[in-house]
Amino acid sequence: MSKRMIYLDNNATTPCDPRVVEAMLPYFYENPGNAASRSHPFGWVAEEAVDYAREQIAQLIHVDPKEVIFTSGATEADNLAIKGVYEMYKRKGNHIITVRTEHKAVLDTCDHLEKLGAEITYLDVQNDGLIKLSDLEAAIKPTTILVSIMWANNETGVIQPMKEIGEICQKKGVLLFSDATQAVGKIPIDPKATGVHLMAFTSHKMYGPKGVGALYVSRKNPRVKVTAQIDGGGHERGMRSGTLNVPGIVGFGKAAELARLEMAQDAERLSKLRDRLQEGLMALEETVVNGNEAHRMPHVANISFKHVEGEGLMMTFNQTIALSSGSACTSASLEPSYVLVSMGLGDDLAHSSLRMSLGRFSTPEDVEEAITLISNGVIHMRELSPIWEMYKEGIDLSKIEWSEH
Amino acid sequence: MAYSDKVLEHFKNPRNVGTLDKSKKNVGTGLVGAPECGDVMRLQIEVDDATGVITDAKFKTFGCGSAIASSSLATEWIIGKNVDEAATIDNMEIVEELALPPVKIHCSVLAEDAIKGAIRDYRIKNGLPVEEEVKAH
Repeated sequence: MSKRMIYLDNNATTPCDPRVVEAMLPYFYENPGNAASRSHPFGWVAEEAVDYAREQIAQLIHVDPKEVIFTSGATEADNLAIKGVYEMYKRKGNHIITVRTEHKAVLDTCDHLEKLGAEITYLDVQNDGLIKLSDLEAAIKPTTILVSIMWANNETGVIQPMKEIGEICQKKGVLLFSDATQAVGKIPIDPKATGVHLMAFTSHKMYGPKGVGALYVSRKNPRVKVTAQIDGGGHERGMRSGTLNVPGIVGFGKAAELARLEMAQDAERLSKLRDRLQEGLMALEETVVNGNEAHRMPHVANISFKHVEGEGLMMTFNQTIALSSGSACTSASLEPSYVLVSMGLGDDLAHSSLRMSLGRFSTPEDVEEAITLISNGVIHMRELSPIWEMYKEGIDLSKIEWSEH
Repeated sequence: MAYSDKVLEHFKNPRNVGTLDKSKKNVGTGLVGAPECGDVMRLQIEVDDATGVITDAKFKTFGCGSAIASSSLATEWIIGKNVDEAATIDNMEIVEELALPPVKIHCSVLAEDAIKGAIRDYRIKNGLPVEEEVKAH
């Protein structure tokens, strides 16, 4: 990339902070040890580095370091939590409750378990993306062994009422797992105080390297166990075998420490930039914000620009701005975002949506340039859009008999 | 996914964007696709009644880059052609010309349908025989 790009896709992945890279470098050549090698200094140094990182991560989420199980990322942590709990507790029941707007790593895992005999309930969300607590309460039954609800949504940034969800699960005596991939490192997260017993998160969404994540598993009140999904040398207290990714874990630890120290100021700065971005784009007519704005991650805005198709719109500026769209025009299914559709947005509005996610390295200049380029793109695409023209002529688009494809 | 140079070129410089006066008897309009599907194409033709030659064509498209390029190319190809000749344009010719990947073939199908739809509308307006229904996809 020779030209300067504006990166507004931090929910997809964040750049690795240079301070994180620096912390990792000694663990490639100078300190190459395997953290499981107990008999020589190479192993000791590696183990010490892993222990230190585990502590840095535990501090960020206010848990005991022993409760942090390293994985290859959040997808693996999601799998380990849900499949691991199901296998461990299926004698007690086979019912799992989750939400329609969860990440595919959760939904497809539940789908997999359903084929093996699990019963899955998918909670609907309201138009603002939040679940209804009464729905959750009503869905829990004697056979329920796990509730799986993501902390913050990747597409909309909507934050679920985890504290209240935790209280319901506590009252009903069921385990609560949360995929907190988009939340950890960005907003204060305290699973113990929230009543969350298992929690998945990952390094590369918080300015750490890719390929390393973690699952928090409560060891006290209650003591939760998960059946290992990867068998081997018995690493990570037997819950996840495999040689530890020492440089990755060191980077993850450093990223967690930086997040703990800088989260508050980052969030404050980014929410102002996000608000400016949103305000600038909302100046365009026929534009809507998707998701509850009061319960939303500080760096995310998901906006639909009516009568413009998202992928085409992105083509007007994708040489300069990187972001993503709820239009799934590139996917073979041609289905738009299931997250937005679950919130009751019509498929047309889902096709017209853009997700902008700011990050630690976003600047006010980025935001101003993005407002200009995206606005120009919307105006240009509307000039090309027959349904914009029809809307402007006062034609009711819902009354037209569209041809099926 | 990277777009072909031809798609990019049409996307950046779309030919014949606009609207023809549909109240004119020699203007035919084809409107295909649906907003829910993420693609709507409107293609219009103006026909010289005496010769049956398409003298002008305009389009507007709601859709991705490939949909816009397909409709832009379609207008370019049909101007100057006789209506009957234009009706024979096959979507696979558009796929080849724009090097569309398999997931974008439906864009070319829409463009073909839009051409056929516009011709059909013109024929109906002028009491000319209409071929069988536009094939469904």
